[in-house]
Amino acid sequence: MSRFEQQVLAEALEIVKLYPERKSATIPLCHLAQSMDGYLAKDAIEHIAELTGTTSAEVYGTASFYDMIQLRPVGKYVVGVCTNIACMLQGGYELLEEAESTFGAAVGETSSDGLFTVEEVECLATCDRAPCLHVNYRYFGPLNAEGVAKLKEDLVSGHLSNEVPIHGVLSRVKRYAPELIPMDEIDDLRVRDDASKAERAAAQRSGNA
Amino acid sequence: MPKQVGKIVLARRELENSYELDVYLSSGGYEGLRKALSMNPEEVTAQVVESNILGRGGAGFEAGRKWSMLKSATRRYLVVNGDESEPATFKDHFLIENDPNQLVEGTIIAAYAIGASRAFIFLRGEFALGLERVQEAINGAYKIGALGRNIFGSTFSLDVVLHPGAGAYICGEETALLESLEGKRGFPRIKPPYFPAVIGLYGEPTIVNNVETVSNLPWIVANGGGAFKSLGEGRSTGTRIFALSGQVKNPGLYELEMVKTSFRDLIFSEELGGGLREGRTLKAVIPGGVSAPWITPEQIDLPLGQDEVAKAGSMLGSGSIIAMDDSTCMVRAAWRISRFFMRESCGQCTPCREGSSWIEKVMARIEAGSGREEDLDLLMDLCDNIVPGVSWPPAQTTICVLGPSIPSSVAVGIRMFRDEFLTHIKEGGCPFD
Ligand SMILES: Cc1cc2nc3c(=O)[nH]c(=O)nc-3n(C[C@H](O)[C@H](O)[C@H](O)COP(=O)(O)O)c2cc1C
Ligand code: SF4
Ligand code: FES
Repeated sequence: MSRFEQQVLAEALEIVKLYPERKSATIPLCHLAQSMDGYLAKDAIEHIAELTGTTSAEVYGTASFYDMIQLRPVGKYVVGVCTNIACMLQGGYELLEEAESTFGAAVGETSSDGLFTVEEVECLATCDRAPCLHVNYRYFGPLNAEGVAKLKEDLVSGHLSNEVPIHGVLSRVKRYAPELIPMDEIDDLRVRDDASKAERAAAQRSGNA
Repeated sequence: MPKQVGKIVLARRELENSYELDVYLSSGGYEGLRKALSMNPEEVTAQVVESNILGRGGAGFEAGRKWSMLKSATRRYLVVNGDESEPATFKDHFLIENDPNQLVEGTIIAAYAIGASRAFIFLRGEFALGLERVQEAINGAYKIGALGRNIFGSTFSLDVVLHPGAGAYICGEETALLESLEGKRGFPRIKPPYFPAVIGLYGEPTIVNNVETVSNLPWIVANGGGAFKSLGEGRSTGTRIFALSGQVKNPGLYELEMVKTSFRDLIFSEELGGGLREGRTLKAVIPGGVSAPWITPEQIDLPLGQDEVAKAGSMLGSGSIIAMDDSTCMVRAAWRISRFFMRESCGQCTPCREGSSWIEKVMARIEAGSGREEDLDLLMDLCDNIVPGVSWPPAQTTICVLGPSIPSSVAVGIRMFRDEFLTHIKEGGCPFD
């Protein structure tokens, strides 16, 4: 797995068009790849390189810098527990232990049923709900042991399938807008705007004189 | 007693479905942009200059002054910084999820004022719901004619593109953010040029502004820069969102007039932080994100103002305040902060890369009870290697200011709580375990 095909390929092509330089689409396309496989598969890296006009090495070099891009297969749900300062003060490390035992995976590992990968993450900007965690980047907190058990139950039973979608944070992000205005058309507009701005400035100077 | 203001950027907080375009439009939404389009771009900039709004991303640079520094060029870009990853900072996350239309309107206003060729909203990749909501808001703006060709019938045309990050604190630093947006690793750029306003995205002049800064613009334009300036005091004008976390009864976001409230009021007053848990006393406060040196309980009458906190030897930074009570182990707190920097250093500069991991290792061993008395001198020496003289504001030996932020909490922790460090060492363990 997995090159982009059909619907996803169409989305990928739309994303590439959003940038004056194709390489900018690298990270969005990595997210898109993760919505197919949960991680960035080798074929996807190659396809992203083709679509962005770069090489696999460049895509890999970029992707491997970022925490959210998974370079090996992960469980259906990635659970990221925050242990940073605000969460730590409210029991973040205790929550991490609880998550490891409840979800059946140590930090960095995936449970034997393939459902859960547990990670220790930095601040999720959800500190008023400390201690907190995310499941596929949907936030839950404050959580205690019971809360974690309930969360697992709801995930397994499919209760939360609407709140916690599949991998890939772009899976529900859809742009509905006209085609972008071509850059050279914008360039012409800005040249015109700058000319009128200069005229106004000149008029003001002669008015003041 | 200070009253919570909450009238500008958090004005829609109590509205149901505040993120929906209909709700936005029926509560004054897009009036700021309409007014802006009836003015010249330079008149809009003049209002923002008059408001004197200081950037809300951490550095506190005047937004209007930054715009005026934009180098002239046919192509120039606006990039909104929504990477919010500074520990204990959670205001932009809230604005992004709950008032995305305000963010988009502010983006269009800023783009109009600086004549941006295209605007990018860079959101932290972890903000899954935020990405959905901001894209919806952008879609809505096209639908009502606030984006695309001839916005609201004017001669101004613009596209706004949402861009997701992928998890790296350093991408909040504006030059790293631009590298990331170009599809590269988030390595901060070597300065000079000091400002993206000279060389930014794709080598073109670029303005980078924080989400909260930009979210204030619709109000500033609609009500005038003078109205904004009449709030707050001195250089710290307007209101600002303070993110309160840690061991307080009511952690959360409080939009307050700058300078008019003190740390004490924020933490202890009933309608704000509500004080600490029963029977607890305050031990230390981190006043502006984990890069900021801590302040003592004796200093909490300081007002929440940029220059006021700077004068006291720290910084208001991202406006996030962490209250720590007497149940907190200060060695552990400083260790966790050093661990954060170790994990997030991008690795380009030796003092930052090596310094952060050494400090983390030594802090970890003290916390675990295997520290030695010489470790305190060793830590101070390591701090001195990153920031000569361990001065504040820190001298810079590295490409970006992440490096110089590393010593803050460790050095101040040792200074304020030396005995606690020594107890760990003498007793061979953490007295709080
Ligand atoms: C390590 C580091 C992390 C930063 N993180 C953020 C961030 O998450 N969001 C932000 O707006 N600014 C952040 N900044 C500040 C930006 O570099 C920049 O000053 C800011 O986005 C400018 O916007 P403003 O003038 O509106 O505040 C960070 C700076 C550094 C050095
Ligand atoms: S100071 Fe640290 S984070 Fe900043 S560029 Fe250098 S190594 Fe990277
Ligand atoms: S410290 Fe855990 S969400 Fe901020």
